[in-house]
Amino acid sequence: MKSKTLVKLATQSILKNKMRAALTMLGIIIGVAAVVVMVAVGYGARTRIRAQINNLGTNMIVITPGAAQAAGVSQGAQAFPNLSLKDVDKIRAEAQTVSAVSPVIVSRTAVIGPSGNWRTQINGVDTDFQTIRDWQTSSGDFFTADDVRSIHKVVLLGNTVAQNLFPGQDPVGSEIQIRNSVYKVVGVLAAKGQTASGSDSDDVVLMPYTTASDTLSGRAFIPQILASTANEQDIPAAQEEIRTLLRESHKVSDGNDDFTVKNQADLASAAESSTQVMTLLLAAIASISLLVGGIGIMNIMLVSVTERTREIGIRMAIGARGSDVLTQFLVESIVMGILGGVVGLLFGYTGAKVLGHFTGWETVISPIIMLIAVGFSGAVGVFFGYYPARKAAALNPIQALRYE
Amino acid sequence: MNVIETTQLVKTYTTGSTEVHALKGIDLAVEKGEFIAIMGTSGSGKSTLMNLLGCLDTPTSGSYLIDGVRVDGMDRNALAALRNEKIGFVFQGFNLLPRTSALENVELPMLYDRSGRKRDTQALATAALQRVGLGERLDHQPSELSGGQQQRVAIARALVTEPAIILADEPTGNLDTQTSVEVMALFQELNEQGITIVLVTHEPDIAVYAKRIVEVRDGRIRRDEPVKSRRSAAYDLEHFEEREVA
Repeated sequence: MKSKTLVKLATQSILKNKMRAALTMLGIIIGVAAVVVMVAVGYGARTRIRAQINNLGTNMIVITPGAAQAAGVSQGAQAFPNLSLKDVDKIRAEAQTVSAVSPVIVSRTAVIGPSGNWRTQINGVDTDFQTIRDWQTSSGDFFTADDVRSIHKVVLLGNTVAQNLFPGQDPVGSEIQIRNSVYKVVGVLAAKGQTASGSDSDDVVLMPYTTASDTLSGRAFIPQILASTANEQDIPAAQEEIRTLLRESHKVSDGNDDFTVKNQADLASAAESSTQVMTLLLAAIASISLLVGGIGIMNIMLVSVTERTREIGIRMAIGARGSDVLTQFLVESIVMGILGGVVGLLFGYTGAKVLGHFTGWETVISPIIMLIAVGFSGAVGVFFGYYPARKAAALNPIQALRYE
Repeated sequence: MNVIETTQLVKTYTTGSTEVHALKGIDLAVEKGEFIAIMGTSGSGKSTLMNLLGCLDTPTSGSYLIDGVRVDGMDRNALAALRNEKIGFVFQGFNLLPRTSALENVELPMLYDRSGRKRDTQALATAALQRVGLGERLDHQPSELSGGQQQRVAIARALVTEPAIILADEPTGNLDTQTSVEVMALFQELNEQGITIVLVTHEPDIAVYAKRIVEVRDGRIRRDEPVKSRRSAAYDLEHFEEREVA
């Protein structure tokens, strides 16, 4: 039989039992819709995390102390107070591929402004920090190298801090108080939004690291060093260079590093892999309903084969071969599967959009996912339709004709 | 030329430890253009014979030819192809596909044709339905037709492939007397056009419309003779109507 005839035959047969076919397809519809929504949300989350990580600054390398294994136990990053300004200077002076480097001295404290106070994170950084994080000012300017050298008490306010301490006004030129010192606001940073982990990257105050070390922390070690390269291809080389330099100055051998050098891709993949696991998990749960839907198809096809035993007998008597009958029933279950898949896709698409609209989650539905969804539901039709179809094909025409 | 030729056809069914000898050696030859009635009571073996002649079953031993093609030893697929090409079935229960138009029912055998020839299946099916007098009811579904009309659709379906034999298994079993005679009139008409018809029936009243009667009993042919006083169904039909009027 021609494939056009087969599809027409299958469609006619499905239409003869509309209610039953609709209920059978419901399993596939719900399954496909669930998978599509879950994958859309998961993809959305990944896209968002990727965007946030890029937001940190391009070509960024993060150096943290510790995290080496001591006697098989991973040590926390703060366990080794072993990154120093000497390391920063060494990287700046000797690493060829590194174009910018800055220490980050972190401290949490309250900042007092003219109309109230705000507890926030104070980061002591170098001027290169602006390049590394690719962070523009929305008003005023970044502090200068001279400010760093001369330990000037100047600060840059993150957007959130500026809005809380100076609502509705430009803080540039004003003064704020941190602990017992007064600092002059030289600029306000442009808003960056949330970080990948969900915290507010604008809830921050930047000052020269020399000032921070002098007035706030009083400690000589540095919890983090940021560096960046001029272009992306240099990142692996830069990481290797930094490692070699730090091993040299820390007098450790390869494999016993007392520091960790990570690039943005590492950070991104760590964050992405967790969402990927989540997406896979959700999709796996959703695909169980697809499986149940498939069993529904098998069930109905078995009933249909029994019901239509006589029809099968007639077809065989007038010349249908076993393979003709097999194909007929198989095409019927495939058509049901694909039809269910397409309807499920429409529901899933709408569902993902509605969910995205009400929760603010980004949802992404790629054409590939659509193809996979429909293809997979067709495959479910083949898989679960094969057994009933084979049963139909194996019928004896004489007995089938006599079946009441 | 013989369209059916059987030599010592034997069919034995084994159910558990008991053997049932349904056919014990049938020798039968049917010429082209014949109209034979196979008669017998239930259990006589006539249904088994008809299943073999219809290529729905294979014999235990013996050989037979349908339209010159040797059938015994064929596999399922070859049998299906042979049925499609050489045999037109008409059943007692009509056996039309429900919720399918008369036209589509008649088109059905041509859908399973594997010879690859191009045919206008719709035109051929329409012609076959016109030939049985149902040209006006192409789009009717079986449920919208009377028993006699349904049997006519079935006959059209059997005719459409121009088979070597039309095999009719108790075609009047579900019909009232007048409709039965109408159907027999149609068979006689088709036979006069040269179509070989094998009619299986247990009603002597129906068998007299055939040209030759073959009686099967206990798995053997007991009687094989021409019909002595053959009746014309068309004449009976007129007579029937006269009687109705009177």
